[in-house]
Amino acid sequence: MLSIEGLRHVYGPVVALDNVSFMLAPGQTLAIFGPNGAGKTTLVKVLAGLIRPQRGTVRVDGGRRAIGWIGHESHLYDHLTVRENLLFWASLYGVPAAAREARAAGVAERLGLADRVERPVWSLSRGLAQRAAIARALIHDPRVLLLDEPFTGLDLAAAAELRVLLGELRGAGRTLVLATHNVDEGVELATHVAFQRRGRIVHFAPRGGRDAAQVADAYRRAMSDG
Amino acid sequence: MAELLRQAWAVARKDLVLELRTRTALVSAVVFTALVLTLFNFGRDPTAVPTLDLAPTVLWVTFTFAAMLTLNRAFQLELENQALEGLLVSPLSRTSLYWGKLIANLAFVAVVDAVGLPLFVLFFNVSVSRVLLPLVGVIALATLGFVAVGTLFSALVIRTRFAELLLLVILLPFLLPPLIGAVQVTARLLAGRPLSESVGYLKLLAAYDIVFVSLASFLFRFTVDE
Amino acid sequence: MSLVRRGRWITLVALVLLAGVYVRALAFTPIERLQGPAQKIFYLHVPAAIWTEAAMILVGLAGIFFLFLGDPRLDRFAEASAEVGTVFATIVLTTGPIWGKPIWGTWWTWDARLTSTLFLFFLYLGYLLVRGAVRDPGLRARYAAVLGICGMCLVPFIHLSVYLFRTLHPQPIILKPSGPSLPDSMLVTWLFSLLAFTLLYVGFVTQRYAVSLARDARETAAAEHG
Repeated sequence: MLSIEGLRHVYGPVVALDNVSFMLAPGQTLAIFGPNGAGKTTLVKVLAGLIRPQRGTVRVDGGRRAIGWIGHESHLYDHLTVRENLLFWASLYGVPAAAREARAAGVAERLGLADRVERPVWSLSRGLAQRAAIARALIHDPRVLLLDEPFTGLDLAAAAELRVLLGELRGAGRTLVLATHNVDEGVELATHVAFQRRGRIVHFAPRGGRDAAQVADAYRRAMSDG
Repeated sequence: MAELLRQAWAVARKDLVLELRTRTALVSAVVFTALVLTLFNFGRDPTAVPTLDLAPTVLWVTFTFAAMLTLNRAFQLELENQALEGLLVSPLSRTSLYWGKLIANLAFVAVVDAVGLPLFVLFFNVSVSRVLLPLVGVIALATLGFVAVGTLFSALVIRTRFAELLLLVILLPFLLPPLIGAVQVTARLLAGRPLSESVGYLKLLAAYDIVFVSLASFLFRFTVDE
Repeated sequence: MSLVRRGRWITLVALVLLAGVYVRALAFTPIERLQGPAQKIFYLHVPAAIWTEAAMILVGLAGIFFLFLGDPRLDRFAEASAEVGTVFATIVLTTGPIWGKPIWGTWWTWDARLTSTLFLFFLYLGYLLVRGAVRDPGLRARYAAVLGICGMCLVPFIHLSVYLFRTLHPQPIILKPSGPSLPDSMLVTWLFSLLAFTLLYVGFVTQRYAVSLARDARETAAAEHG
């Protein structure tokens, strides 16, 4: 479903990706943990096709059409309504014209925005705007979801909602990659965990039966080694 | 090809809807045009220099600077709405993005020129009725050229310091050839000379358009990605 | 021999040759009938102008190859060529008025060659400003390549637009389709001057390239130790 090999990417003297390789099958969820500056964002951006790595190859089955990206930016136009935003992005992702309205309505319903679709985005509260951003990412029913620090800035309730949503999305053969600096977020969702440090993947394994505390332990050990 | 145009149109249409709702760039450009034309009028001594001598220059300086004002809008918009990343992750081809922005830019410049030309005729008491069609043709031909280059450069400067200022500075040399052509043809048209006398300049304008629209369209993918 | 030493030797040879050209021009070449002794600056002015343009074309060519090959040496060369081109442009823009004052009575004339060199100068400035405004080396090289290619493609249009426009500048006596119309002794002096400037270009670029190479090496070393 998703495979990368020999990725290397540097920003001048800073090495963001150092010989990174792994593979994910459909239905698997990878949580990448690492401190700020470890290269997690670069890794997810390379997967999304935002950055072309200086060395190495990336393959995501289905290409850009299959990728849903949730990053720090909302990708919503403030002066368009929620519905207009959804329709615009749907058209860019090749959703056939006849199906767009229905899809937009469907995804808005799922995110609890059904009664707010005609409002311009600037008028939405923060929480609703965040939900609209997620709706936008899901409008084309992506097989692969890439999330870069999605829990940042969310209050406890919103974070819990997101976790539930991601849990639902995990089904039906979707592949998820979630990058975060906080080990507590997203461990339960993951089938695989990886630790990234200074551009390198220092640990990549199935989560197995490990719970959050055990993973956190392993993470701390990996980070403090030499 | 059809897909390219369809996507480009989706981008252009979105830009046009947004601008119509916020009206910031358009209003600034139109007001600017009126101010500059007024300024030129008070800066000259109507008894000393026959109006026809300076008229083409005044017209083109005004049009050019108004066009430059609208150019900044193109990618600034995406940055402000935090949507650029989203556009780049989507299957939208870079070429479509370029064409969409170019079409939107041309539409805005057309509106500004449509207001500026009558004002110019009014303030400077110049008769254009007999040459209106060829005049509009020259305006279109020259404007296409530098807006094409300007659209490319406006994407290039977004990740630099002093973006707006840098855009002006790097665009300036690219304005010279189309402006020389435009001013010369305009001067001849306003003086009632037959169009056949301007063939050399018209060829220059046409060649410039062909070369730079293709070049900018091709080079765009190297400027907008990270 | 290190790159810098080689560059310095070439520059030295060029300067000696240039001095020789001057002795020959002042003592052994006849005084031009119409323009008097001031015409002699033509031996300095025209080859410098030729190389100002050639340097820009080389920047563009280096840009094209860089975008396809990604070799940082091409980018370093482009940077060096652009800086040297700026220096040559300055020579033209200072010798031009020195020539112009005795002949036309004014320091600055908007004649063809001075004007086009002025715009080349702005092209160079814009190019160097863009280089200065982008911190990431990969991005900087890419943006510079795009701008360089556009600049290179602009050169013929600058020529064309300025040729179409009748000017004060003496019509070209060497680079004319019907062949050079200078008397032999003047032609020989001029050719030697062209050779001197060619060597000067090579010498300067070599030294400047060596400086970039050293700087890049220092940065990578610092990164590895940091």
